[in-house]
Amino acid sequence: MSALLGEFDSADACAAAITTLRERGHAPLDAYMPFPAKNVEDALELPPSPLPRFVFVAGIVGALTGYLVLWWTQSIDYPLNVGGRPTHAAPAFIGITFETMVLFACFTAFLGMLWLCGLPRLWHPTFEVDGFDRASVDRFFVVVLDQDGSRDELTRAGALRVVAVDLEGGTT
Amino acid sequence: MSQTEIELLPGSYDNRTLTDRLLAPITSPPRFLTLLMIPAAFGTLALFGAVAYTFLVGIGAWGNNIPVAWAFAIINFVWWIGIGHAGTFISAVLLLLEQRWRTSLNRIAEGMTLFALVQAGLMPLLHLGRPWFFYWLIPYPATMELWPQFMSTLTWDVAAVTTYTLVSILFFYLGLIPDLAAARDRAKTLRRRRAYGLFALGWRGSARHWRHYRTAQLLLAGLATPLVLSVHSIVSMDFAIAKLPGWHSTIFPPYFVAGAIFSGFAMVVTLVVPLRRVYRLEGIITVRHLDLMAKMILLTGLIVSYSYVSEAFIAWQSGDTFERHITFVTRPLGPFAPVYWLMLACNVVVPQSLWFSRVRKTPLALWIVALFVQVGMWTERFVLIVTSQHQDYLPSSWENYTPSLIDGTLFFGTVSFFVLLFLAMLRFVPFLPIAEQKELLHASKRERTLSPKEAGDVRPAR
Repeated sequence: MSALLGEFDSADACAAAITTLRERGHAPLDAYMPFPAKNVEDALELPPSPLPRFVFVAGIVGALTGYLVLWWTQSIDYPLNVGGRPTHAAPAFIGITFETMVLFACFTAFLGMLWLCGLPRLWHPTFEVDGFDRASVDRFFVVVLDQDGSRDELTRAGALRVVAVDLEGGTT
Repeated sequence: MSQTEIELLPGSYDNRTLTDRLLAPITSPPRFLTLLMIPAAFGTLALFGAVAYTFLVGIGAWGNNIPVAWAFAIINFVWWIGIGHAGTFISAVLLLLEQRWRTSLNRIAEGMTLFALVQAGLMPLLHLGRPWFFYWLIPYPATMELWPQFMSTLTWDVAAVTTYTLVSILFFYLGLIPDLAAARDRAKTLRRRRAYGLFALGWRGSARHWRHYRTAQLLLAGLATPLVLSVHSIVSMDFAIAKLPGWHSTIFPPYFVAGAIFSGFAMVVTLVVPLRRVYRLEGIITVRHLDLMAKMILLTGLIVSYSYVSEAFIAWQSGDTFERHITFVTRPLGPFAPVYWLMLACNVVVPQSLWFSRVRKTPLALWIVALFVQVGMWTERFVLIVTSQHQDYLPSSWENYTPSLIDGTLFFGTVSFFVLLFLAMLRFVPFLPIAEQKELLHASKRERTLSPKEAGDVRPAR
């Protein structure tokens, strides 16, 4: 998939360019930026991340796992009678159940984030673009599908320069 | 924008100069760093020596014995893990509360948490006596067909501390990813570029990625907040669930959590005051930051003081002879009375100086107060752990306690190891958050030019 990278020197210029491109019928796909500028994200109209749902499920699974391990080991597989106290003692299980819930949820949040981003990866077509290393410093890049007039539109929107990239597999 | 927020902003930087300024400590590290690492490395060597000796001889090498079965190892464990709590507090709780002042400090504090946890984890492990069987604490299908006794608070400890350590690593690393990418992109040599590049995991700052990234960060913060409260609560139950006089008290969980944050903020101040001076970061970690941390120390210190009063009141009100004996005779008048009075001086009296804004805003004065707090919190754990055991219900078994040389070496060894790890972080890791500072800069620039209503729309979604 061939695309164009337009370089901007501020988040505001980048966000304005995305809005203009969209209004003129072009397809801004993504932006690269050194910090999460909310106005750029809003201009791209990105869907919210599905991560919270994953994490919610993982938290429940974690809590259940913790509790079931405690209940099964203490009360079913090897019950120890300590002065006639109950072997299924829910209050004593609260601590560990909570910790396994947090553990599962946190690992899901971290690994889920990497999976959704398609990271880690060693190479990406944009890394071949000269000057793209400033995307982590002070430059903002808009990625647009290379259609008729996209290049001119980017220049008109105030891009410092426009570079063509071949996004293999379409991953921005 | 209020006056307060202007004070929190890094001087007059743009994104490029800000990046270079924040990366400078790792791209051109100061020479003295290596010099400081040498004594820390020797101290660490002493720690490993003491650990090896403990492995060979067993914990008979330490001063603890019956009745004082818990001593330095547990004191150090509780002290170190408490210190770690401020790091999570700064990075998670203050993130959720949208406290912008945390930005300059969070990486340093998270690193501190991680390195404190390393020291904390070492202690109970050694205290096992046969540390090579530590995995017996984890439920796995063993050939012995036995399971850990989960009714014991000690197994809760394992779950809490393990979870806390792993989550702290994830949180620290997640925050680092974009900044490692910046370090990669500004690296001057190919080797550095490759090293930072590998750890940056191919981060390229895509808006789609930022969206997932920020969601993950908020979720981790949301989960770490109750986690940090749970960890020291569980640690406190090691004591509260036991029947010893002076331990068996329901105020322990909140009292321990407040004490943890108290000592942790003191540690952050101890590290940050020299750091900002040496690296000339007065424009990034401002007097305003110190002032806010001092207020946190004062607040948590007051909660700790209240807990002391409450403990004494409950001991008196219970009418229990042994509770009263421990609280009103042994602690203030017994063989460890000097430690007890030192504790009160450090934790109750000295922090009152923070009511004065002059003290809060003078780095040196604040630093000295912070040192007192650290000493105070260590002595608090000493008083709590040792005095309750050395005179319990059976006067015939009362026995005094003296720490051994190995105990002392282990303690100072962990301090050295902590310092060594911290210095290594200063050398190799971008310890000032770069992306977050830029976000702050972006948000405040817009606030200055736009009306408050418009600006409300572009504030970072925190």
